[in-house]
Amino acid sequence: MKTVSSLLDPEWYERYKRISKLNIRSSIYDVTDRCNLRCKGCFFFSSNEHKAASEEKDVTKWEAFVESEMGRGVNLAILIGGEPTLCPDRIEAFYKRLPTFVATNGMIKVDRDRFPDLMVGISLWGDREDEILLRGKDTFAISSSHYAGDPNVYYLYTITPKQLGKIEDNIRRIKDVGLKVHMQLLSNDEGIDGFSWQPDELIAVRAEMDQMLDDYPETVISSKYYHQIITTGIMCGRRFGWMECPSVTDSIDQRDPRPKRLTNFIRWASDLKTMHRCCTSETRDCSTCKDGAAHMSWVMVNKRAHMNSSEDLQNWIEVYEMFAKLYRYIPW
Amino acid sequence: MNNNLDQTILRIAEIIINTLKLEDVTPETFEANLDLVDEVGIDSMDLATIALVIRDEFGVRIDEDDYPKLTTLRIISEYITEKLQGEE
Ligand code: SF4
Ligand code: SF4
Repeated sequence: MKTVSSLLDPEWYERYKRISKLNIRSSIYDVTDRCNLRCKGCFFFSSNEHKAASEEKDVTKWEAFVESEMGRGVNLAILIGGEPTLCPDRIEAFYKRLPTFVATNGMIKVDRDRFPDLMVGISLWGDREDEILLRGKDTFAISSSHYAGDPNVYYLYTITPKQLGKIEDNIRRIKDVGLKVHMQLLSNDEGIDGFSWQPDELIAVRAEMDQMLDDYPETVISSKYYHQIITTGIMCGRRFGWMECPSVTDSIDQRDPRPKRLTNFIRWASDLKTMHRCCTSETRDCSTCKDGAAHMSWVMVNKRAHMNSSEDLQNWIEVYEMFAKLYRYIPW
Repeated sequence: MNNNLDQTILRIAEIIINTLKLEDVTPETFEANLDLVDEVGIDSMDLATIALVIRDEFGVRIDEDDYPKLTTLRIISEYITEKLQGEE
């Protein structure tokens, strides 16, 4: 029987031990139905998830809800929206009780006196031109002025096909403001012309992402195996899609057979009652889904499938480490 | 008691091997003190599947809160043996 220690040398085994017992139980929460931007291709608005439920406004209900989530075993809260920073009291309901991560567009600066070490991920969709085209403004100019040098912040850079050949410019400007970056791919939920991935573009973007990791290892939080998985949609000979996705809300998961999945994962709407189908768009076609978190979780929940060779297991460790760094379980 | 435990270890080993489709190991060669999470790579979903087979066969329900401490074949077998004795 192949065991972990038979597949790893002492150095890799140490890295493995650092993450093997983290036992992360995350869930995702829509904090609000509102946003101060309206990006073309935003899955939240394009799938009408903002209309799925009307948001709970009583902060004491949020506090009680977080307590019940902890009772369910959740130990990492990932707050999305709409734009969570529009509702700092709701963020605080989580932050006071749980390790909390906020995904924001960076237009509003979180109050560091109130939330000193809140984990923040700022969305970025490309260079100035693409940001103006897709999001109506050059968000980087604003978000980087808010967060430059902040040790608990990184950019979540959604790469579009239009960014091919230009990724380095974005990585460099993030490095220049003293922040880290994690890369993922646009899923083009609104079918914007020219923003859907073609096979040759996926090959090219993988090579470019690999190059960025080689050239900017201090700035880029990623792994080449993750690049491979997200661009090919293939892991251990299996294809990503609905029957493989780990990030489906647990209580409505009727799949048979049940794939390896995130334990007790739920994505909650902001009424604190409604559950969305999965971590991303309710209406997205799973066969075109490029969601970065779902792909990295797909790897993470399939540890034993990666115990065929040393290389496979090392790939698994690197993806797990990437996740653990993004949520500050281990240092950057 | 030890005899019972040894037999339980062998049977649980067989359940784990069959459930996880482990190769190159038999109930007799399955090391009872091997860390199932760290070394065999099993996760809570695997454990939940194994727990269902154990419930059907031994009539012992494994509480989900107990999963983190059930780290070896020996510990699982002792857990089951104790529960069975508690019922006697
Ligand atoms: S900032 Fe985020 S939530 Fe707001 S519209 Fe853009 S993608 Fe959607
Ligand atoms: S859209 Fe993506 S994240 Fe959602 S269920 Fe489908 S594959 Fe999973």
